[in-house]
Amino acid sequence: MIHTLGPILREHPFFHGMEEQYIQLIAGCSLNVRFNAGDAIFHEGDPADHFYLIRAGLVSVQFVVPHRGLTTIMTVGSGEVLGWSWLFPPYRWHFDARAQQPTHGLAFDGKCLRGKCDEDHDLGYEIYKRFTQVITERLESTRLQLLDLYGNHA
Amino acid sequence: MLEQPEVVTAGLISDPMLPTPYRIQRVKQETDDTFTLELLPEDSDRGFFFAPGQFNMLYVFGVGEVPISISSDPDDAPLLKHTTRVVGTVTKAMRQLKRGDTIGIRGPFGTHWPVEEAAGRDVVIVAGGIGLAPLRPALYQLMADREKYRKIVLLYGTRTPEDMLYRQELERWRGKFDLEIQVTVDRAASTWRGNVGVVTTMIPRAPFDPSNTLAMICGPEVMMRFTVMELLKRGAAPERTFLSAERNMKCGIGFCGHCQYGPTFICKDGPVFTYARIASILGRSEV
Repeated sequence: MIHTLGPILREHPFFHGMEEQYIQLIAGCSLNVRFNAGDAIFHEGDPADHFYLIRAGLVSVQFVVPHRGLTTIMTVGSGEVLGWSWLFPPYRWHFDARAQQPTHGLAFDGKCLRGKCDEDHDLGYEIYKRFTQVITERLESTRLQLLDLYGNHA
Repeated sequence: MLEQPEVVTAGLISDPMLPTPYRIQRVKQETDDTFTLELLPEDSDRGFFFAPGQFNMLYVFGVGEVPISISSDPDDAPLLKHTTRVVGTVTKAMRQLKRGDTIGIRGPFGTHWPVEEAAGRDVVIVAGGIGLAPLRPALYQLMADREKYRKIVLLYGTRTPEDMLYRQELERWRGKFDLEIQVTVDRAASTWRGNVGVVTTMIPRAPFDPSNTLAMICGPEVMMRFTVMELLKRGAAPERTFLSAERNMKCGIGFCGHCQYGPTFICKDGPVFTYARIASILGRSEV
C-alpha cells in the first residue's frame, strides 16, 4: 500500500495555500527521512539535489572556520525548511548540515522539482515565492546577528 | 483593551530624591561582565514594595548614580536584587563593592509589567541578553500563581551560551512548573546542542495562541522592534504587547528631562509601555 505524503504537505505552513495539483506533484518528489544525532545531512561543496522540511528535531548549519573549527551559524528546527542551494546554480551546498538531535522530516528531490518548475512556471512561481520568504527571513536574522546586539559596546 | 500600566510608587516614597542606605549582602558574578547585588535596608524596619518591571536609582557614594531594574522576587522584599553589566564608571565602581558595604537606593520608579492583566491568557516573554533581569520579577509572580495563566513561554536570546543569566533558576522552573523555555544564542562552539540564531526566529513556531496572548519584551531596542514585528505578524495585539524602554534616567520622577522619549518620560511614563503607545516613535532616529 502506498502512503502519500500529501496530507503532511497540505498541513505544513510552508505549503499553505498551494493548489492541490501541485501538492500532489511535490508529494511525488518527496520521501520521509530520519537522522540520528550527529549524522551529516549534507556537506559543503557536494551537489545540492535536495531540500528538507524538518518535522521534529534540530539541525545545525555549520561552517569550518580556520583556527576555530566547526562553527554553527544557525539551527533549523521543527517546522522549518533546510536548504535552498538546489534552486540556484551551481547547485552545490554552501555549508554543512548535521543533526544535533534525532531528527525526522521530509526530503524533496530538488533536481526533479527544478525540472517540473521549468515545465510549469506557475508551479515555479509558487516554489520561488515560498523560498524567497525563507531567504528573506534568514537574511534579516543574519543582519541582526551581525549587529551583535547583546555585546558590551559601552 | 488594556491600558498603559499605572505608576504604583505614589505615596510609597517619602522623598524621592533622598537615597536610603542599603547594605550589600552578596555580590554574585552572573557572567563574565554581569553581576547581581543583593541588598537589605540598613534600617531593618523599613518596608519596600515594588512591582515587576520597576527600577531603582543605585548610588555609589562619591562616584554617581545609575538606574537599574529590580530583578528580585517582589514577595522577597525588602531584599532587593539588581543585576547589571559593567558598562561605565558607576557600574565599574559598583562591581568593586563587597558584602557589608553600603549603597544608596532611590525608588522604586516607573511603570510595571501587567502580570495581573495576563490572567486567563497565554503569556509570551521575550528576553534578549541582560533584558531577562527586569523580566525575572514578572516570572516569579507568574510562577507563584501559575494556575491563573494559560501557556507561559519564555523565549530567551543571548550572545553565547556562557552569557545566559539565571541558568540554574531557569532549569529549576522548567522542571517544576509548566513553563516552556526556549533559548537561542547568536554564536556557539560546535559543542553547544541548542538553538543558534536570533530570538525572533523562535516566534513563528512558539506554542502560544496569538489571539489570546499577552507579550512582555525586554532587550536591546533593535531586538524589541523586530520581536514586535514577528509577534504582530503572528496576530498578537499591539495593546497587549508590552516592552521596556531604556534611556538615560537621572531624577526618576520626570523632572530633569534626561529620559525624554517623544512625548513621554521613560522614568515616569515607562519603562514599561504598550507597543500601541510608542509605535509611532519606536525606531525613529530623531526621537
